[in-house]
Amino acid sequence: MASSPYLLQMKGIRKEFPGVKALMDVDLNVQAGSVVALVGENGAGKSTLMNVLFGIYIPDSGEMLLGGQPYNPKNPRDALDHGIAMVHQELNQVQDLSVYENVWLGRFLMKGITVDKKGMIASTAKIFKELEIDIDPKVLIKDLSLSKRQMVEIAKAVSSDARIIVFDEPTSSLTEVEVNHLFRIITQLKAKGCGIIYISHKLEEIFSIADEVLILRDGKWIHNGQCCNLNMDQIITLIVGRELTQRFPEKDTKPSEDVLFSVKNLSGAYDPAAKDVSFDLHRSEILGVSGLVGSKRTELLESIFGLRTKASGNLELIGDAILNRNPRESIRNKFSIVTEDRRESGIFPMLDVYFNSVVANLNKYSNSIGVLDETQMVKDANWVISAFNVKTPNMSAKINNLSGGNQQKVLMGRWLLTDPKVLLFDEPTRGIDVGAKFEIYQLILDCTRKGNGVIFVSSEMPELLGLTDRILVMSNGRVAGIVNTSETNQEELLRLSAKYL
Amino acid sequence: MTLSSIKSKLINNSIYIVLLILMIVIVAMNPSFLSLKNLGLIISQSSTRIIFACAIAGIIVLGGTDLAAGRIIGFAGLAAASLLQDVNYAGRVFRNLPQLPLVLPLLVAIMVAVFFSYIHGLLVAKRHVAPFIASLGMQLVVFGLMSVFFDVANDSAPIGVLDGRFTRFAQGSLTLLGLRIPYLIMYASVVVVIVWFIWNKTKLGRNMFAIGGNPIAANVSGVNIVGTMLAFYILAGILYGFGGALEAGRTGSATNALGQGYELDAIAACVVGGVSMRGGIGTIRGIVTGVLLFQLISYGLVYIQVNPYLVYFIKGLIILIAVLIDIERVRIKK
Repeated sequence: MASSPYLLQMKGIRKEFPGVKALMDVDLNVQAGSVVALVGENGAGKSTLMNVLFGIYIPDSGEMLLGGQPYNPKNPRDALDHGIAMVHQELNQVQDLSVYENVWLGRFLMKGITVDKKGMIASTAKIFKELEIDIDPKVLIKDLSLSKRQMVEIAKAVSSDARIIVFDEPTSSLTEVEVNHLFRIITQLKAKGCGIIYISHKLEEIFSIADEVLILRDGKWIHNGQCCNLNMDQIITLIVGRELTQRFPEKDTKPSEDVLFSVKNLSGAYDPAAKDVSFDLHRSEILGVSGLVGSKRTELLESIFGLRTKASGNLELIGDAILNRNPRESIRNKFSIVTEDRRESGIFPMLDVYFNSVVANLNKYSNSIGVLDETQMVKDANWVISAFNVKTPNMSAKINNLSGGNQQKVLMGRWLLTDPKVLLFDEPTRGIDVGAKFEIYQLILDCTRKGNGVIFVSSEMPELLGLTDRILVMSNGRVAGIVNTSETNQEELLRLSAKYL
Repeated sequence: MTLSSIKSKLINNSIYIVLLILMIVIVAMNPSFLSLKNLGLIISQSSTRIIFACAIAGIIVLGGTDLAAGRIIGFAGLAAASLLQDVNYAGRVFRNLPQLPLVLPLLVAIMVAVFFSYIHGLLVAKRHVAPFIASLGMQLVVFGLMSVFFDVANDSAPIGVLDGRFTRFAQGSLTLLGLRIPYLIMYASVVVVIVWFIWNKTKLGRNMFAIGGNPIAANVSGVNIVGTMLAFYILAGILYGFGGALEAGRTGSATNALGQGYELDAIAACVVGGVSMRGGIGTIRGIVTGVLLFQLISYGLVYIQVNPYLVYFIKGLIILIAVLIDIERVRIKK
């Protein structure tokens, strides 16, 4: 059999989820001893592609060849056994175990029936030496800084003798010196004949380390080619290159001059935390918040709402100083939040639509001894269902049986019942089909009609450009800039979001 | 009706089907079991158990558990008994105590139970101790303290010869339209109505379901988590105290063994009655049904003279089936 020029070939990979075409006929080829950069916006399909590579998703069609042989991984363990390893952006490490245990987790060296502790420590030390990593294998992971933990994760992937190593945003928590160190390691791996897939938003890095670049957009293969044949602007255009179509409702509200809510020098007390954030939110304004994964957008909203402890900073609502120390206080101050993770912190999955609609507003329904006014509650729940066009058989249906979009509408209804002045939305359209998205945009616009203000976090730039009045760009926990939506574009947002990296 | 909906109906009701089959077996082996007297006895025996199950169920719905319940009930009963011995009895624990109004020792029993239950609540709600361990620790602490009291106050002799008013309060009955209704049943009924009201009609009750259903979402929604949890631990304490005093009065004496294992019966009844051990789900109707059915089977099996060891086996099996059903019901299918 003729040997393939590629170490790894993914051909015509296609993957659909209900309502979402996540990947459409994507090809990815990796040569031995080369680095392929995988770039694209959030939601472009990079993670889905990698999940296919690691056997987390089974593709609907397409084939994969590893060293010329068919490769159909059943799970990440299977992928690892085939010599494919990944350095994750979010560190999946066991905090209370030592460095060497984390490196060997899942494949502990054995000596008879016992774990070969000495052997593992020695091999860890050897790998660290090869990679010039200066960490004692015996210390606990939790005692290491974020960047050192990242290095441990890299060493782990290297130690598995993988032929293909995927780096997913490996530099998000590294300093410049450490990034150079990482690049030396990658160069070493290349020399050993490994194939590298490098995922990053930082285009400068791509130019300095990658040989080839593969660009994805909306699940589609857009371009691949040699890095040296492209310049930065060309890549950005290719990443973004999308026309805004009629995906957004007509924006017919205008922010007023009056400041509704102002934040001055807000910093979170515990990492991960937003640092020294200041901005004003005007009446009837939709303020978008943009930024890369890890730019602490969610943390900013959670600090404002009192879900995270604030270290310093002042909040003012219509000129009055407020504290928002916990969600209860924030709700009293007429704030509301639709959180990013609907399942984790939004819905009560086993409870009905009725309860899920009214839960944040029980104070309003209860008399002095805490007895609830059920007539009003039923009325309000019915209002949520009809005003928000929630598709549910009745209000005693378990919310878990509703689609994501309808769950989201119930959550928005829950908060509108509390009559909020400042509405915080964190990725409100994540995982929601296009039709429901439009309805949610409409609802967000409606929120501003009565002079309320909306802070709208999103990873989808078209959404921010289509809906907001201004956009605050977060970069590494800080405000990189606040731009007028009508005067900006995706290129500028992308550039700003990399400002403090 | 589709096949899958029939299947889910069968799964949801399978505990009742199992219990029905057991009932048929019992009645087939001894038809005299089906008498008004036996049924009355079963309900009367279930009364204090219903009170305890209602108490512990709130804690379970909140996502916790209470292994200390039995000992707290015991301590409360011991306290009530020691304050309510017949004044003419020479071997009293408190020899110089005058005859107290009935309500006073009851209040003391309730205060003792609330005290321990509140500490348990603080450990779980404020300090985030795992409920299993917090209540296991409390169980030993309470048992140790009550045993020391029992030993020092009465040389570890049963505290008996109780005040006649007290035994009447617990053992007495009312005859209505020729039907003898034990006071115990009435107390239990009042407790059931009050707890049902709290669970279903008040903010406190709805917040309990919110915390049990998704504590993170409850926090985001502005639910006062610590306050709500403490309220239910206090409520449990009140019911433990009241029920503990009734237990002492019902049995006519108290030792430091009073209440031993009651928590397990109560938890088992909750599980059989459809209270999810993962929290967030449960109904008062289910709990009462669970206690009654459990008592019916236990009594019935003894009635047809099943080997007592085999009774343990069958009870254990019922609990396991109930838990399996709960998991099947609550599991979010992916």
